[in-house]
Amino acid sequence: MIENTSAGMGAADAPPVPADERLRRESSVKKALGRPELGALAGTILVFLFFGIVAADTGMFSAKGIINWMEVSAQLGIIAIGACMLMIAGEFDLSLGSMIGFAGMIIAIPSTQYGVPVWLSILMAFAGAMAIGYLNGIIVIRTGLPSFIVTLAFLFILRGLTIGLSRLLTNRTLVGGVKQQAEGDWFAFLFGGEVGGPIFVWMAGHGWIGTLPNGNPAVSGIPMVILWWFFLAAMASWILLRTRYGNWIFASGGDAVAARNVGVPVTRVKISLFMFTALCATVFAACQVVDFGSADSQRGLLKEFEAIIAAVIGGTLLTGGYGSVVGACFGALIFGVVQMGIFYTGVNTDWFRVFLGVMLLIAVIFNNFVRKKMTGGR
Amino acid sequence: MSGQAPLIEVRNLSKYFGSVIALKGVSMAVNAGEVMCLLGDNGAGKSTLIKTLAGVHKPSEGDYLVDGKPVDFDSPREALDRGIATVYQDLAMVPLMSITRNFFMGREPTKGMGPLRRFDFKAADDTARAEMHRIGIDIRDPQQAVGTLSGGERQCLAIARAVFFGAKVLILDEPTSALGVSQASMVLKYIVQARARNLGVIFITHNVHHAYPVADRFTMLNRGRTLGTFGKTEITKDEVLDMMAGGKELQDLSAEIDGMAARI
Repeated sequence: MIENTSAGMGAADAPPVPADERLRRESSVKKALGRPELGALAGTILVFLFFGIVAADTGMFSAKGIINWMEVSAQLGIIAIGACMLMIAGEFDLSLGSMIGFAGMIIAIPSTQYGVPVWLSILMAFAGAMAIGYLNGIIVIRTGLPSFIVTLAFLFILRGLTIGLSRLLTNRTLVGGVKQQAEGDWFAFLFGGEVGGPIFVWMAGHGWIGTLPNGNPAVSGIPMVILWWFFLAAMASWILLRTRYGNWIFASGGDAVAARNVGVPVTRVKISLFMFTALCATVFAACQVVDFGSADSQRGLLKEFEAIIAAVIGGTLLTGGYGSVVGACFGALIFGVVQMGIFYTGVNTDWFRVFLGVMLLIAVIFNNFVRKKMTGGR
Repeated sequence: MSGQAPLIEVRNLSKYFGSVIALKGVSMAVNAGEVMCLLGDNGAGKSTLIKTLAGVHKPSEGDYLVDGKPVDFDSPREALDRGIATVYQDLAMVPLMSITRNFFMGREPTKGMGPLRRFDFKAADDTARAEMHRIGIDIRDPQQAVGTLSGGERQCLAIARAVFFGAKVLILDEPTSALGVSQASMVLKYIVQARARNLGVIFITHNVHHAYPVADRFTMLNRGRTLGTFGKTEITKDEVLDMMAGGKELQDLSAEIDGMAARI
C-alpha cells in the first residue's frame, strides 16, 4: 500500500511503531475468553466428560460408536456451517430443512424413474437448490423484507413442492432404488461412499477395534459425509477469517449500510451465501440419499432450526456480524454426541429436546453477554 | 487564493425534490489547506448540500467543479475516486469488528495468488497502528474491536481511514456533536492536522466553540440559500453565533426567560 497523503507534515513518514508497552501479554486463557467458539468448546468438553463416565461401557466410544456419533454430527455440521456463514452476514435461511427434502427428490426421481445417471441428477440437485438459494437472496435484497419471513415462505413452498411433485410423478412420497443406480458411479461415491476400509481391516487384524461375527471389522470405513464436514469447515473457516470476502461477510452482517458506504458489495455477499447454504443442504441431501438409497419427502424436517441452534451454541450472534465456523462445528458435535449418548445410555429420547432447549437458552444468554462486552463497556 | 482552482466548488447550485426546494442558488468553494465550516439550522439544506458534494444526489441546476473542471457524479464511489471523502455521523464502522478489519473494510490488502489470495493481516495491522499513531492515538491492539474505542477515537479512526485512502477533500458531518470536551478536542486537533497536510476540509457543526478555533471560512446556509461566506477576519465569534443554528432562537429564548423571571 502506497502512502497516499502528500507532504506538509514534516515528520510525517510514520516510523515503525514499537510494540506498545501498555499491551500486556495476556495469558492465552484470557485471550481465548474473547473468542466466539469458547462456549461451544467448553460445552463439548463437558458433554464428553459426562458421557465418558455415564456411557463408558455401552460401546459409545468403540470404533463403531465413534463413527456413529461422528456421522450424526457431520450431517448437522454441514448445514450448520452454511447457516452460520449466512447468520454472520446477517440473514437466516429457514428453508434449509425443506431444501434437503427437495434436493433429495431431485436426485432420486430422475435417477430411478427416468434413467438419468446418478451423477447427473446430483449435479441437477446442486443447480436446482442453488437457484432457489439465489431466489431467496434476491427476494430478500430486493424487497428489503426480513429473511426470516421470506425463507419461512420457502420452507412451506419447497416442502409442499417436494411432496406434491413426488406424488404426481411417482405416486409415492418415498422414492427408493437409488442404491442400485448409484452402483459404480464415482460421483455418487463422493457422497455415499466410505474410505479407509483397509486401515480398519488392518486395525481389526491387530485387535485394536472390534470385529463382526464374520471376521470383518466393526467399522467398514469412514463415511464420506464426515470428510465433507471437515472439508467444508476448513474451507469456510479459512474464507471467513483470512480473505477479503470473509471481511465482507462480517461487514455485511455487522452493519450493511456502513459496509455499502465503504464499497463492500453487500448484495453479492448475501446472495452468494444464500447459495452456499443451499449447497450445504444439497451435500447433506446427496450423502443421505446415496447412503440410504432412497429419498423421503419428509427428510430434513426441523433441520433448519437444529442448524441455527448449532451455530448459536457455537457463538454466532442472531443479529449477525459475529460468529465462528469452528464454533458451529463444535455446536454440531455437541448435538451428535448427546443424541447418540442418549441412545446408548437408554435414556428416553424425549429428554433430548429438553437438553437442546436448555443449551440454546444458555448459549444465547452467554453470547449476549459477550456482545455487550465487545460493543458497549470495556 | 493564488490563482489555483479550488479543490471543489459549486456555483448557483440548486436541488429540488419534487416540489420541495432543498437548495437554491448555493455557491461555495473549498481550497487546499483550508477548513470551511458549514453552518445552518436543521432544514437549512446542509445535509442535501454535502450529499450532493458526495455524489449521493445529482444537482438539479448549477455547476459542480472539482479542480476547476465540471463533474457529474453518478455515485458516491465516483466522488470517492476523485478524492472526495465523506465521514457521516454513523462513521461507517462496525463495532463488533476489529480496528484493522474496519480500517480496510472494502479495500483489504491481499497477498498470494488465485485461490490462495488472502487478507494480508500483518501489513494491515501495521498500517492501521501506524496511521493511528501518526495522529497521536496509540491503539493497544489493532485486533481489538472498534466497540472498545471511545467516541473520539472512533471518529479519528474514520477520518484517518478516509485520509489514508487518498482523500483530498474531507466532508465531516457533525464529527464533534456527540462527544465530550476532551473527545471533541481530539477530533478538532486532527482537523487542524489534516489542514496542515494540505487537505480541504468541510466541517459541519452546530457548536460555535468547535467551529471558530479551527475554521478559516464560514458558509452560512438558511432555508436552502447561502447567507454568504465569511473569512475568519471578517466575522467575530458572536456574529457567527448569531447567524448559525438557533442563534436567534436562543436570544429570543433568553429574552423570554428574562421576561418570565421579571414577572415572578
